Amino acid sequence: MASYTYRHYPYRRPAELDGRAVRRPVVIVGAGIAGPTLALALAARGVPAVVLDEDDTVSFGSRSICQAKHSLEIWDRFGVAQRMVDKGITWKQGEVYLGDKPIYHFDLAPEPGHKFPAFVNLQQYYVEEFLYDRCLAEKLIELRFRNKVVGVRQGPQSVAVEVETPDGRYTLEADWLIACDGVRSTLRHLLDLPFPGEVFHDQFLIADIRFTSELPKERRFWFYPPFHPTNSVLLHRQADNVLRVDFQLGRDADPEEEKKPENVDRRLRQMFGAGASWEHEWTSVYTFTCRMMERFVHGRVIFAGDSAHVVSPFGARGGNAAVADVDNLAWKLARVLGGTSPLALLDSYCSERRAAGRENILNSTRSTDFITPKFPSSRAFRDAALALARNFPFARAFVNSGRLSVPTIQPDSPLDTPDGDTDWTRGPGPGRAMLDAPVGNSGDGFLVDHLGLGFTVLCFADRAADLPVLPADVAGLMIAQTGTSPPGWTMLSDRDGLLRQRYDAPPGTTYLIRPDRYVAARWRRPDGAALAAALRRATVTG
Amino acid sequence: MTDGVSGALRRSLNLARPDDIYNAIVDAHRDLDDEACRAFDARLILLLVNHVGDDAVIREALAAARDPLQGGAK
Repeated sequence: MASYTYRHYPYRRPAELDGRAVRRPVVIVGAGIAGPTLALALAARGVPAVVLDEDDTVSFGSRSICQAKHSLEIWDRFGVAQRMVDKGITWKQGEVYLGDKPIYHFDLAPEPGHKFPAFVNLQQYYVEEFLYDRCLAEKLIELRFRNKVVGVRQGPQSVAVEVETPDGRYTLEADWLIACDGVRSTLRHLLDLPFPGEVFHDQFLIADIRFTSELPKERRFWFYPPFHPTNSVLLHRQADNVLRVDFQLGRDADPEEEKKPENVDRRLRQMFGAGASWEHEWTSVYTFTCRMMERFVHGRVIFAGDSAHVVSPFGARGGNAAVADVDNLAWKLARVLGGTSPLALLDSYCSERRAAGRENILNSTRSTDFITPKFPSSRAFRDAALALARNFPFARAFVNSGRLSVPTIQPDSPLDTPDGDTDWTRGPGPGRAMLDAPVGNSGDGFLVDHLGLGFTVLCFADRAADLPVLPADVAGLMIAQTGTSPPGWTMLSDRDGLLRQRYDAPPGTTYLIRPDRYVAARWRRPDGAALAAALRRATVTG
Repeated sequence: MTDGVSGALRRSLNLARPDDIYNAIVDAHRDLDDEACRAFDARLILLLVNHVGDDAVIREALAAARDPLQGGAK
């Protein structure tokens, strides 16, 4: 690739080959986006992990490029997010065109007061490189390159994987084996597990090119552009002046012909005109599927990310869902391994992340159906929405070039306590992700900077006497303008008044926030018993 | 007003000059070929659906258009 130099990470002879085998709490298969993120989330909680990967470098090709706000917030806990923001392209706006005319402009983060932007575009190889660098600095993480899984054997209390290396095969025993090994998951195949879903036949051409002239930051999507009149085109900027151009080709295209540099160049020339110049970074013709496993936990093997569910690329719901999966899993796995919660806590990983998977597939399928209508009336309504969008603002809401990733809703989770108070007008209810806002009297702090790795109680109270009794091992954040906080509580001021607004919070309002920063429960004025009960429910220790 | 039939969709006449509007709709299609008619109808439906703005009415209308004999006039 012209702009990126692939580092080859060192292979080291595993100790198991010399007879030094110890059982590991967690073995992770796959060093893509999900695997290293999970390893970091476990290490932060004191749980060591071995990560196995069959090759010795990062993702070939830029692949997933839109890193969402919620993923950045998760990576920020391990000190990796700022590097991604610095290297990537921050964006939140987009433009949709019909022919050569803009019909609608959108802003994904119209309100200020968040630490992270709606999206940072950064090629997957950089994301993986930054995660690897962080993992390599972490004593509790062992990244094993050129370690390929070739067999798996489940026991009642453990699991054993057979691993092939340049020096021969060895067996690694673990309490838990986490399959972060992607859409073609080796472990899913070895366990012969089904991956049901829908296959789509439309083909798309990705041309990632390095471009020299000034580039727009915003996302651009064309329906029927003059330079590709029968289909759609997506244009998006990445780091290093790389552009992602994604041409819809239709069902009948010949992928081998389309991939030839002269044919790609012909399409790009029509798009950018005679004066433009570029270098090729990566070219790929793809189709996609929407699939999800029926269960994510199979004995001692747990599936996360693309191995468990895949969607179309429209909406950036692949890599970002993988990060959310492992963030949901890490705290639960740490509690189960530490003996503070029973195995049943892991059931909620499956139910919550399958709910998220359904939401992602629904959104992704609707975007796909809009971009590639499957029957004449479907196309007629699509074209009607496009035709009306410029002069009739309501129709812009129908135009679907991808519903971009926001934290999914995990409704009716057994871990969450349903609202008892009924007068909520807004704010994140149980099953929804917490919302960031500025805090502190000066400086540039945000709420996300003050949430730790465990449970947090967020209480809006002007006097210490109004605070509920804090359960053991829970951090308290007291949101007040003045005063002092009692032991266990940290006082934060609502710098711009946005916390009170976002959390619909007159004095007394209290939220219980889970380690994965989803809301477990909220009250207008709880007592210590209500908090303790909600915490027991969220940790299955009732 | 739902005319005593369960549901939200109006079943009795709500137009002052039904003949005029009916013929205006037909006339608007007169010089269009099938594909253009389909496109016209799709735009018209989206315009009207947004104007109605009531999910229950729209869903009931979708079912009624699919099967006009369901429910029956009272």
